Amino acid sequence: MSRIHTPAASRMNTIARNPVMIALFMTLAIAGCASKKNLPNNAGELGLGANAATPGSTQDFTVNVGDRIFFDTDSSSIRADAQSTLARQAQWLAKYPNYQITVEGHADERGTREYNLALGARRAAATKDFLASQGVPAGRMRTISFGKEKPVAVCDDISCWSQNRRAVTVLGGAGM
Amino acid sequence: MLKRNLFRFLIVLTGMLSLMAAPAHALVEININKGNVEPLPIAITDFLQGELGQKISDVVAADLKRSGLFAPIDKGAFIEKISNPDAAPRFEDWKVINAQALVTGRVTQEGDGRLKAEFRLWDSFAGQQMTGQQFFTQPENWRRVAHIIADAIYKQITGEEGYFDTRIVYVAESGPKTARKRQLAIMDQDGANARAVTNNADLVLTPRFSPNKQEITYMSFEGNQPRVYLLQLETGQREVVGNFPGMTFAPRFSPDGQRVIMSLQQEGNANIYTMDLRSRTTTRLTNTAAIDTSPSYSPDGSQVVFESDRGGKQQLYVMSASGGGQNRISFGDGSYSTPVWSPRGDLIAFTKQSGGKFSIGVMKPDGSGERILTTGFHNEGPTWAPNGRVLMFFRQNAGAGGPQLYSIDLTGYNEQLISTQGFASDPAWSPLLE
Repeated sequence: MSRIHTPAASRMNTIARNPVMIALFMTLAIAGCASKKNLPNNAGELGLGANAATPGSTQDFTVNVGDRIFFDTDSSSIRADAQSTLARQAQWLAKYPNYQITVEGHADERGTREYNLALGARRAAATKDFLASQGVPAGRMRTISFGKEKPVAVCDDISCWSQNRRAVTVLGGAGM
Repeated sequence: MLKRNLFRFLIVLTGMLSLMAAPAHALVEININKGNVEPLPIAITDFLQGELGQKISDVVAADLKRSGLFAPIDKGAFIEKISNPDAAPRFEDWKVINAQALVTGRVTQEGDGRLKAEFRLWDSFAGQQMTGQQFFTQPENWRRVAHIIADAIYKQITGEEGYFDTRIVYVAESGPKTARKRQLAIMDQDGANARAVTNNADLVLTPRFSPNKQEITYMSFEGNQPRVYLLQLETGQREVVGNFPGMTFAPRFSPDGQRVIMSLQQEGNANIYTMDLRSRTTTRLTNTAAIDTSPSYSPDGSQVVFESDRGGKQQLYVMSASGGGQNRISFGDGSYSTPVWSPRGDLIAFTKQSGGKFSIGVMKPDGSGERILTTGFHNEGPTWAPNGRVLMFFRQNAGAGGPQLYSIDLTGYNEQLISTQGFASDPAWSPLLE
């Protein structure tokens, strides 16, 4: 148990002003940015073999299309890599019009519980809006946020947290 | 399963024990306002007779020690063996071991099966009794009697209300991080008597006590519809709060218990609403294209502090209880969230994120006088003891483990782990039960 007292405030300010600490933090941040661009989110990247799934199945959607997109810290902007995933999702959903979908929004653990519930909802809404712009009827989509409560990756570094900042398109999905 | 009659009033204060000497002004006192006070050496003797008396005295000593304001003296150092707790002790024997204050007591079983607990608090150096009280209760309530006695001692010596006869509602967490089960649970403030309030697969978060201690409001994902609920602790009766077209979350009661204030999520935005529990009318307090959440009333009910990212990052804002005059109060480095107004009204506690660290701090309601009490990888979600002197929060270390509860006093020096069976988060302190 650490005992850190009122002077901690000034110590934190010292760290913030310390160029070495800032440089270290920046390095970590850049490393994080680099790795999240490379996150696998479809079958080819995961090396699972793209032809394994029956066309039109949930597995087909998850493995061949990619069921999830990732976000920058505290952001709900749809990144360029995510836009292509969502465009593929929209094409697939147009081909298989019987599926309803739920977009689940998630946040990483580096935030407070209440804010992350809202942030997950904001990500789910942005994802739904983008899918709608790609022609998916709004009536087929619902959203839900799980905040930071359902991480997929457990670790304590930036590259890992980035996997949890996600919106997952679930066929049927929660409550449907 | 819900335990019935959770807060049934079972402990009766039957009167003050007569003073053995004229009640002069107390010489032994602790001025909490002086900051980092030296803990007061106090001798807490085993209550007569037997094992239960010893257990009560141990709980009293543990409460007082955990407050950081008292230093219970090792029983092995005691010279006088108390054989008659009604008689004046040999003050010289207690002065020698520097026991500024001395507690004696007795528990006896009445003919009707009830427990009678008596205690006296003595000022060793003045040679006087400071206070004395007796209580009747059911034997299974012996821990509550001990907490009430600790509160009486705390109040007599500090001049402030105690906070030991209180409970904590929290989220009990179990299982791996990627499949964590979360239930509501209630325990005594010292971690004893923990019991589940909910027990099903639904994700539940952010429980808060009502001022009357009979209800809690919380968020549940029941039916995959995340919404705010109200739960009557005695009957187990549950209801959804309001009929909102979206996720409701971050609930709290108003100080009069008549309203629940919470956030409503619509598309990407969260705004703050209240629902009047009698008239069922809902009122919108904020209207921004941002995330406004974690509202908390001032103790007089006239103002609300909340967090909003309307300016970019999460910051703290204060507005009137009707939603007017929304002013930002936090201006330090980093972001601020989960504000909670002290029951005394003088401070607002918060979570602060800065430089990759999560801290618990306090500031005045106008935003001045910010002080960080504890900082580390992840500290979150402060809740105030009813006397406004101590905070509880949860701490998560990096990696696969889970959160645990800690308390810390306003000096920031006295930090204590609250022992729970599994992981625990989102603590909310009850008012005094008495």
